[in-house]
Amino acid sequence: MSAALNSVVHEQDVDTQHRALRFLTAGSVDDGKSTLIGRLLFDSRAILADQLDTLEKRAAGAPIDLSLLTDGLEAEREQGITIDVAYRYFATKTRKFIIADAPGHEQYTRNMVTAAAGSDAAVVLVDITKLKLDDAEVTLLPQTRRHSLLAHLLRVPSIVFAINKIDALEAPAEGYAKVSAALRKFAQAAGIEVTAIVPVSALRGDNVTQPLDADWYDGPSLLQVLEGLPTVQEKVEGQLLIPVQYVATNGEGTGHQPRTLWGRIAHGQVKAGDEVQILPSGQTAKVAEVRKAGETVAHGVAGESAGLLLDRQLDVSRGDWIVTPGSATPRQSFEATLAWLDTEPAVVGRKYWVRHGNRWVQARISAIEHRLDVNSLAEAEAHELAINEIGHVRIELQAALPVEPYTANRVGGALIVVDPTSNRTSGALLVR
Amino acid sequence: MNAPVNLNKLLPTVDQRHLDHLEEEAIFILREVAAAFERPALLFSGGKDSCVVLRLAEKAFKQRVAGNEFKGKLPFPLVHVDTGHNFPEVIAFRDQRAAEMGERLIVAHMDESIRRGTVRLAHPLESRNGHQTVTLLEAIEEHRFDVLIGGARRDEEKARAKERIFSHRDSFGQWQPKEQRPELWNLFNTRIRPGEHFRAFPISNWTELDVWLYLARENIPLPSLYYAHERQIIRRKGLLVPLTEVTPPEPGEQVESATVRFRTVGDMTCTCPVESDAANASDIVAETLTVTVSERGATRMDDRTSDASMERRKKEGYF
Repeated sequence: MSAALNSVVHEQDVDTQHRALRFLTAGSVDDGKSTLIGRLLFDSRAILADQLDTLEKRAAGAPIDLSLLTDGLEAEREQGITIDVAYRYFATKTRKFIIADAPGHEQYTRNMVTAAAGSDAAVVLVDITKLKLDDAEVTLLPQTRRHSLLAHLLRVPSIVFAINKIDALEAPAEGYAKVSAALRKFAQAAGIEVTAIVPVSALRGDNVTQPLDADWYDGPSLLQVLEGLPTVQEKVEGQLLIPVQYVATNGEGTGHQPRTLWGRIAHGQVKAGDEVQILPSGQTAKVAEVRKAGETVAHGVAGESAGLLLDRQLDVSRGDWIVTPGSATPRQSFEATLAWLDTEPAVVGRKYWVRHGNRWVQARISAIEHRLDVNSLAEAEAHELAINEIGHVRIELQAALPVEPYTANRVGGALIVVDPTSNRTSGALLVR
Repeated sequence: MNAPVNLNKLLPTVDQRHLDHLEEEAIFILREVAAAFERPALLFSGGKDSCVVLRLAEKAFKQRVAGNEFKGKLPFPLVHVDTGHNFPEVIAFRDQRAAEMGERLIVAHMDESIRRGTVRLAHPLESRNGHQTVTLLEAIEEHRFDVLIGGARRDEEKARAKERIFSHRDSFGQWQPKEQRPELWNLFNTRIRPGEHFRAFPISNWTELDVWLYLARENIPLPSLYYAHERQIIRRKGLLVPLTEVTPPEPGEQVESATVRFRTVGDMTCTCPVESDAANASDIVAETLTVTVSERGATRMDDRTSDASMERRKKEGYF
């Protein structure tokens, strides 16, 4: 440990590739989303004999329905739709995956937002049989646009389009080419970077985990694409930002011991000897020791939880921020994109709780500038936001917070809005 | 019983670096529990998942000293719901671990709920597994816990796959799957009203294989039941039913001896072992890599009754 105390960590030293890739699947009802997930689980042998047995019994001789693997709630089976986000796990030889299975229904957009907030990638499913392929230019379905735009808005790093039911076409090559062109055109207009467009048949298993045997497509299978995608990379270089999560008093009964300030590093790195500043108090101190999971370590880097012991006793509590001195300017008002998730509409002027990092403060929406049309991201005038609507708003805070643009950093730029009466999570704020 | 092993040597094809990330995430969640709630508790049954959570809690709140021992105390007690039908080896292990670690253990006995009349059994040998909910909710009320940390994993079961990391329970202790709070980034909404509580699941994103990899890597002690041993069993409906005082043979059934281990240790009336020679955690890792039956499918009698049995029990307050 001591030899490494003065070392500096560089971005390339931080290996995030081995992390499980978290991806969400989006697409309309009946686009074959559950079948696709069932296929991924089935072909990667994440489904075990007893689970298959249940499906076979239900199928009673007919081909088994892979979509039944995912809908886990009674109400979902009753209605044949996915209501809430479910998380599924599978692994290949090279990688572990966590699927956030998000509902496609418009009324559950909030769950799509939930799934996207933690994801490294989005797989947007396009049902090719629902598109008019004879038209000179193929028109995409609204849900395809919505879901891609939402994923883009939440800055999901990779967006993959999976064109499904390719087996149902007589001329799959032409169909794939036309839909790909439409997707690329739409993405370019919306500023979405397309990671890949992959033709698949979830039902038959074509090009999901096994490459497609066709002369018109020599690209990767969906799984090959997923195996190569990066996970969200924290910024190790630059200014330090740690939201203080938990303050621990060490060594019970052993006399005076400094307190350990635990928090997950939002960006930057920290080592013993570094000068740090506490916000909002503005006091400064030197880091005496860095800890990680029960041990003293040379340094902590972005993405890790670090425990800092300071060289002097400062008043620090949960919700405070530890930063490079002078690097952050707390603000009491800011502009943001607000995704509304609650059945009670957002009310201008009403007080809500917001959580930023580990701090809760009161806040009010001082103005709704626009509502976004989630099919086009066009701006329309609005005075309130209903459930599943997204708008540009101005927020006023009861106390200043070191907010940053969401595009620069997910931790510094994300807040949740909580209704003080119902305690429901009512909205997601992305600082602009 | 489980000697340190070099898993990289034993299983070169299994990439374990993701365990560091899972550990990091779990520790973050445990600290969140300790910081955001007034009266937390950790559910500790002596089972493998709760042994993993206990080690993660040591890492989150204690300091490692010479000899790899942990110094310090957890900021919450351990709680166990004892159905009265637990395997004696597991109960002994539970008490021993809590004592070794110097942690406070609160045991809620279902027999007391039965005496109080809040639990009524249809017949004496009925599975007590589902009734745990009553005793658990009584313990929550008595000790005014506002959050319980559990070792549930989303890969266990379809209803579990739907559950949030911080799962809100109403004043009846009930889970409302349609009313779940969106879980955005790591910004957990842990606000509650008096009488309500949360369940927190730090190893939500772990799989059975991850748990065994971690048990092996960290050299975590487990009840001997988890490793291969000789046991008297009865073969019933494709399951190996252990012969115990609460699971006697039915007329015409043959009792035989088999080499078995338990993949999960729950209530004696509904937990079955599997045939196995795996004598330590790394053997089990190797076995888990080739297993063809899910943890619950191989071992639980009561989950087989309905596709929705877990969901229904969870709605009532099961953990």
